[in-house]
Amino acid sequence: MNYNWNWGIFWQPSPNGTGNYLDMLLSGLVLTIETALLAWIIALVIGTIVGVMRTLPSKAASAIGFCYVEFFRNIPLLVQLFLWFFVLPELLPRSAGLWLKQMPNAPFWTASIGVGLFMSVRVAEQLRAGIGSLPRGQKMAATALGLTTTQAYSYVLLPIAFRVILPPLTSEFLSTIKNTSVAITIGLIELTGQARAMQEFSFQVFEAFTAATVLYLLINIVVVIGMRLLERQVAIPGYISGK
Amino acid sequence: MFSNFDFDVIRRSLPYLFLDGMTFTLMLTALSAVGGLVFGTLLALMRLSGLKLLGRIAGLYVDLMRSLPLVLVIFWFYFLVPYIGQWLTGASRPIRVGAFASTLVTFIMFEAAYFSEIMRAGIQSISKGQPAAASALGLTYSQSMRYIVLPQAFRNMLPVLLTQTIVLFQDTSLVYVLSIPDFLGAASKVAQRDGRLVEMYLFAAAVYFVISCFASWGVRRLQARIAIVR
Repeated sequence: MNYNWNWGIFWQPSPNGTGNYLDMLLSGLVLTIETALLAWIIALVIGTIVGVMRTLPSKAASAIGFCYVEFFRNIPLLVQLFLWFFVLPELLPRSAGLWLKQMPNAPFWTASIGVGLFMSVRVAEQLRAGIGSLPRGQKMAATALGLTTTQAYSYVLLPIAFRVILPPLTSEFLSTIKNTSVAITIGLIELTGQARAMQEFSFQVFEAFTAATVLYLLINIVVVIGMRLLERQVAIPGYISGK
Repeated sequence: MFSNFDFDVIRRSLPYLFLDGMTFTLMLTALSAVGGLVFGTLLALMRLSGLKLLGRIAGLYVDLMRSLPLVLVIFWFYFLVPYIGQWLTGASRPIRVGAFASTLVTFIMFEAAYFSEIMRAGIQSISKGQPAAASALGLTYSQSMRYIVLPQAFRNMLPVLLTQTIVLFQDTSLVYVLSIPDFLGAASKVAQRDGRLVEMYLFAAAVYFVISCFASWGVRRLQARIAIVR
């Protein structure tokens, strides 16, 4: 391969004048993590609501949940981000649309909310499966004890269901982090975006992408280890992977 | 709010959107799914081969691909494929690779990781007695895989494989980052040329929605039909 390797490139000053190339990548890493965390919070909150709705006895609630899931699952994330970023401001009343367009950090908020909504569907489906995997007797016993539906969910069903789905939730969280890179298309310069920018400024393609790859691997390792610790922490003795 | 909509822009660009854009998207999806399945099955066989080194290599590859965002992988291969081509053909400089070939390689290599996990689960779902019986009958490893294990694994996993293909169909829209005119890329080109972002993106979303919905409905029906009664 007649490629001109130059690993020292990371310590050379970057053209945007805020330090060297390594700083550039690290600022992208921080933005990736921030976007992913906000998106994950949105995904968890909405995903929990929709997931619970789909298991409720009420026909209307599960129909709404079903429509929500189908809508967000059958449109590619990239198109969804375009809808939020380019289309929504045009459909709103003039003043609201203008406010959206002039919002500082618009790509960040759009990406967080867009990825969050996209992932909320996955969380909802996992949670629905988790609640479905619990023995029917749990809900019945809760009802027999006189708990209302809300109480049954918050004290009996959800605490166990969330423990059951913790491993798949880990991979959904990893997907959330990876999916933030799609926001490069609406101008969010996160880790992948910074690697691309570095490649354009310095022509050191493979060094830039290798660094981004290593950083993504590091995030993955940290998340996996963290979630394992959490799993061990919340395990109930004598129940699912508890000791 | 639809009063100043120009739905005619959609009608005018229909031939371009579907003949150029959608053809690219569907071709890319189909070929990547087939290629990804072939390589994915090989990776799965490597992991289950019992040879430590082979299993390690396949495992590392799968884990690496699965922990990277697709956008980054698309960029990686976009720049890497010319060098791989140079290395394969022994040319003196990186060869030029067309947009379609480059993205096809990317998606095959990326999807192989995901398909391999599905096929691995499928192969492991076959009871141990079957390959044992096959080798008792005198079948070699490759015969027992080809005639006994893989056909059943494939059949058991068909709904999952097809669902993954629907995900792949949606993911091909990400070639947008290379300004390649797939369906979304074509829609976006028209949108920017005519200043009709709202109409074109809504239309693109609707098309993706209808195709994906229809496909997942088909998968559900298929799943009900081919489920083996045990």
